[in-house]
Amino acid sequence: MSVASTVNDTLLVSVLHQALIYGTPLLFAALGELLAERSGVLNLGVEGMMLVGAVMAFWVDQRVHASTEVVLVLAVGMAALSGAILSLIHAFLVVTMRANQIVSGLALSIFAGALGLSSYLGNDLSLTDVPGNHQFQDINVFGLADVPVVGPVIFNQSALVYASWALTVVLVIYLTRTRWGLNVRAVGEAPDAADAMGINVARYRYVHVLLGGALAGVGGACFTLAIVGNWSAGVTGGAGWIAIALVIFAFWRPELCVVGAYLFGGLSALPFALQGHGYNVTPEFWSALPYVATIAVLVLVSSGWGRKRLGAPAALGVPYVREER
Amino acid sequence: MTLQIERRLQQPRWLSVAVPIGSIAFAFLVMAAVLGVTGHDPLHVYRDLFDSAFIAEGALTQTFVAATPLLFTGLAAAAAFRMQVWNIGAEGQLYCGAIGAAGVALQLGPDASSPLVIFAMVICGAAAGAVWGLIPGVLKTFARTNEIITSLMLNYVAGYILTWLIFDSASYWRDLSSIQARSFPQAKPMTENAFWPTLDLGSGTSSVVIPLGFLIAIGIAVLLHVLYKHTKFGFEVQVIGDSTRAARYAGMRTRRKILAVFAISGGIAGIGGASQVGDFSHTLDADPNGLQKSYYGYTGIVVAALGRYNPFAVCLVGFLIGGLQNAGFTLQGADFPSGLVGVMQGIILFCALGGELLIRYRVRWSSDAPVAAEEVQPASVEGVP
Repeated sequence: MSVASTVNDTLLVSVLHQALIYGTPLLFAALGELLAERSGVLNLGVEGMMLVGAVMAFWVDQRVHASTEVVLVLAVGMAALSGAILSLIHAFLVVTMRANQIVSGLALSIFAGALGLSSYLGNDLSLTDVPGNHQFQDINVFGLADVPVVGPVIFNQSALVYASWALTVVLVIYLTRTRWGLNVRAVGEAPDAADAMGINVARYRYVHVLLGGALAGVGGACFTLAIVGNWSAGVTGGAGWIAIALVIFAFWRPELCVVGAYLFGGLSALPFALQGHGYNVTPEFWSALPYVATIAVLVLVSSGWGRKRLGAPAALGVPYVREER
Repeated sequence: MTLQIERRLQQPRWLSVAVPIGSIAFAFLVMAAVLGVTGHDPLHVYRDLFDSAFIAEGALTQTFVAATPLLFTGLAAAAAFRMQVWNIGAEGQLYCGAIGAAGVALQLGPDASSPLVIFAMVICGAAAGAVWGLIPGVLKTFARTNEIITSLMLNYVAGYILTWLIFDSASYWRDLSSIQARSFPQAKPMTENAFWPTLDLGSGTSSVVIPLGFLIAIGIAVLLHVLYKHTKFGFEVQVIGDSTRAARYAGMRTRRKILAVFAISGGIAGIGGASQVGDFSHTLDADPNGLQKSYYGYTGIVVAALGRYNPFAVCLVGFLIGGLQNAGFTLQGADFPSGLVGVMQGIILFCALGGELLIRYRVRWSSDAPVAAEEVQPASVEGVP
């Protein structure tokens, strides 16, 4: 056995590899939620949109007969489309109808979630307990998969992981270097000022809530097309809620979402890895840690110095009514 | 010609009844379309639904069982939301209530008198729920932390604590008396004196059994109504909800009041947890696929929103949604795919949220420039402050 493969068999490397796998759906969903929140709309329906994305992606995987690449691209596209359609309900209710964002988002999670539409679709399209036809495979990038530590962690992941990195870079540039991106931030921070500048607040909010829904759908597809490989009701296991937490944990910044996603992904992989290596662990402690960490971060950013520098978009959760500004 | 949406100067009373009813009717129409598209006969499904919720033998009894936790979580959400406190942690507060109530019942043991045990369970359930509810409350009042996210996150923490107590620790709640119990984790069973009594109406096939928890929830609704409508406390909390600054200028102690609202809300959800233990499970249900998959806390928010945060309407809506859930559970099968209940709840709530606009605003076609409507009373439902 070579030195490299011995190193790559260690607990640390396997946890890091898993952290990226489990972190990827969180990253997609969190980047989507970040876009919505940066435009001032809180969408608590992430879990529901992820589940419907997961089930619709798996439906394409089952029903479309073509080469693996085509099927997977179509499946991810379908997941994005279904997530976007669901988020349209939320966008219509909170932007046009000025409904309460919390209640509407929770309604979306109940409507689409494990006891709702996703499970209905899964049963009605008879997708439960069948193995997937196509799956994302790990790519051996530049043939570097066997390099110690970084090989398995960075150069031997699925296309979804690399796509999420590209997306993060795009979003960082979008939010900091483009006119549209700056406008989104204006809409989220001070919609009245943005409106006075001639920015169409409602349109920006619609577009970003829809983009958020699409990315949540893709995040859900990660489960049925890569991580789990089949569909069962509630397959995402609460990842949507962690994604909402992650946006706060990352101070509403895409680049920090990557760090947070892999940290939280690692936390969900760690108990299994530790058990696999014969350690006695309390899984509940590790599972609860992301939520506790998010509360701690939230307390930090909500008081004093943090509030101005790192805080939430100022108009987050507030409907914008031009006549009442 | 443009579509104008203006704030209503006065909200007509009849609208606040007509709009929810209209929303529900509209939701059933939408649902019929969904059912039709997916190849089910909507009329058939609706008849079955109504029958197994309210008509069939024993159906009403089961509906009371399904509705009881929803009344508690609905009232918990209504108590907070009405005051612009966004406690969405009823789920976790309910778990904590169950833990507290089960703990005190086990502590008092089989020899204590039944009324004492039941009373202690209610008090400890309420206390545990209130303590869990006070965490986001303290963070909100002292660190200005948004309670929506903290209370949501704490639901999961509470869930993991609940699982841990029975499945991964040697806690007081866990049954460790036999070898079998040690290898297959389970909670200690309650003794008979901790079983809550029921109110039995009628006899034979037409009998209806109402759990004590349901009656307690009705009592809480009355208390909430009195507290919020007829006391100084209620008035002050209402003012704080509308404008914290105005309340502070008027010399009200805003922090205390907001903390009290969190405690009340959490306490009600906690009694809901006690009722789960005392009325139904008679043990601490820590199975991750049991109580934690019922989502009573989140459904309670649906119930509260549909009832427009009015305690009595919440009880009525909770009973109806309980009927829907009960029917969904009974009917589950080929004609009634699982997931349909969630879809229906979601659609009803979407319609009700859309209908809310009609209560608060007037929508009309007009040809002239928009006239700014004067704000007379702040809306009861607004976004995050």
